Amino acid sequence: MEEIVANFFNAEIATAALPLVASGILNTILLSLMVIPLGLAAGLVLAVLAQSKNPLVRWPLMAWVDFFRAFPPLVLLVLLFAGLPFMGLELGGFACVAVAFMLNNSAYYGEVLRAGIDSVPNGQIEAARSTGLSSTQAMTYVVLPQAVRNVLPDLLSNTLEVVKLTSLGSVVAVPELLFAARQAQSTTFNATPIVMAAVIYYAMLWPLVRLLSRLENRALAGRH
Amino acid sequence: MTKIVKAHAIHKHFGALHVLKGVDLEVAEKELVFVIGPSGSGKSTLLRCLNRLEQPTSGSIEVAGIDMLSPKTDINHARQHIGMVFQSFNLYPHMTALANVMLALRKVAGKGKAEAETLARAALERVGLADRGHHRPAELSGGQQQRVAIARAIALEPKVMLFDEPTSALDPELVGSVLEVMRGLRESGMTMIVVSHEMSFARAAADRVIFMDQGLIVEQGPPAAIFEQPTHERTRSFIGQIRQH
Repeated sequence: MEEIVANFFNAEIATAALPLVASGILNTILLSLMVIPLGLAAGLVLAVLAQSKNPLVRWPLMAWVDFFRAFPPLVLLVLLFAGLPFMGLELGGFACVAVAFMLNNSAYYGEVLRAGIDSVPNGQIEAARSTGLSSTQAMTYVVLPQAVRNVLPDLLSNTLEVVKLTSLGSVVAVPELLFAARQAQSTTFNATPIVMAAVIYYAMLWPLVRLLSRLENRALAGRH
Repeated sequence: MTKIVKAHAIHKHFGALHVLKGVDLEVAEKELVFVIGPSGSGKSTLLRCLNRLEQPTSGSIEVAGIDMLSPKTDINHARQHIGMVFQSFNLYPHMTALANVMLALRKVAGKGKAEAETLARAALERVGLADRGHHRPAELSGGQQQRVAIARAIALEPKVMLFDEPTSALDPELVGSVLEVMRGLRESGMTMIVVSHEMSFARAAADRVIFMDQGLIVEQGPPAAIFEQPTHERTRSFIGQIRQH
């Protein structure tokens, strides 16, 4: 018992590791604030383009989405980080995470948003167009607000995954939460910093998980 | 009398389906034209061609002097002059009644916020819903929703109003309030083309009734003539059928 406390819940080690872990939190938040909007924006572009009836637009989109949904994000990240320098392009860890996550998330957010757009009845667009709104205006003011609301639980659920996946940044030496905790662990020869990281992830994400449950329950209730 | 709608030789194909087979329709200013016919006769498609929600395969359409089918026509600008009311209302559920009416005033007609709100309130008042502006569509009855939809269209001061079965989705007791608003529009001199089977309203308010079947206009004339003494057998049997309901 004492051994467990000394190795996993060591107050002395925790205090020593705190500055490093705190800078890790900051980087995880920064990383999330960067990759979530990027992924949403790229996904939105894909979802809107997917409304096109032109097969020359639709087919490459489908291929894109399939490819990045099947491609493990960690492999993608390592490929960018270790592969691009061979082409004389060195992006650095942060930029690699941004690009890899944007590619990966464009597919996931794109599919969620596409389902949202498809859930809005065509009559909404017709009504908007009949009053003279352009197709872009109809999309912006009429379709998208309803689409986003209809798939809000899925968007939030995907966002939770994205935040968790930012820990992949540790593999390419981005000093986010997990990386910082690993560093502290290897200098202190103690697992307490990892436990700290786990607790912090939990504390950050638990409110979002609660919110997601409430949204899902409300969506279920609305269906009856 | 000036013709405000001039549609000639309209054909519409949906794939192999030939839905409109050369329809001519002219509507005079301030005229109220009723279009009746069995489902699949092409009456809704004809209406939707007039504001180009459907693209006709061939033919020519002029509304309020604008060539609707010319590639040079700014269709979004042209549609301001053509109001449309749908069977299923199609109000924007995420906006209040007032915001529903204001959207096109702001984004299409380019009105400022205050002016758009004034105009939207005036339009809601015309349909008898001045006190419902802050309600969402889900909080309104079907009849009220359809009246908001009418307000949304008339707020842009269109030169023609198209009604596509405006009362068919309503409970019988709510039909009257919508017809009342339509009657008021009629009295104010609005040009109206109405696809509907509300025969008693047609009899009281329409200048002309058009009977369509299988993509063609079979016959047309004043309501009394069409309803009491139709010349064609198809018209007679159709009117007999809707009478029984």
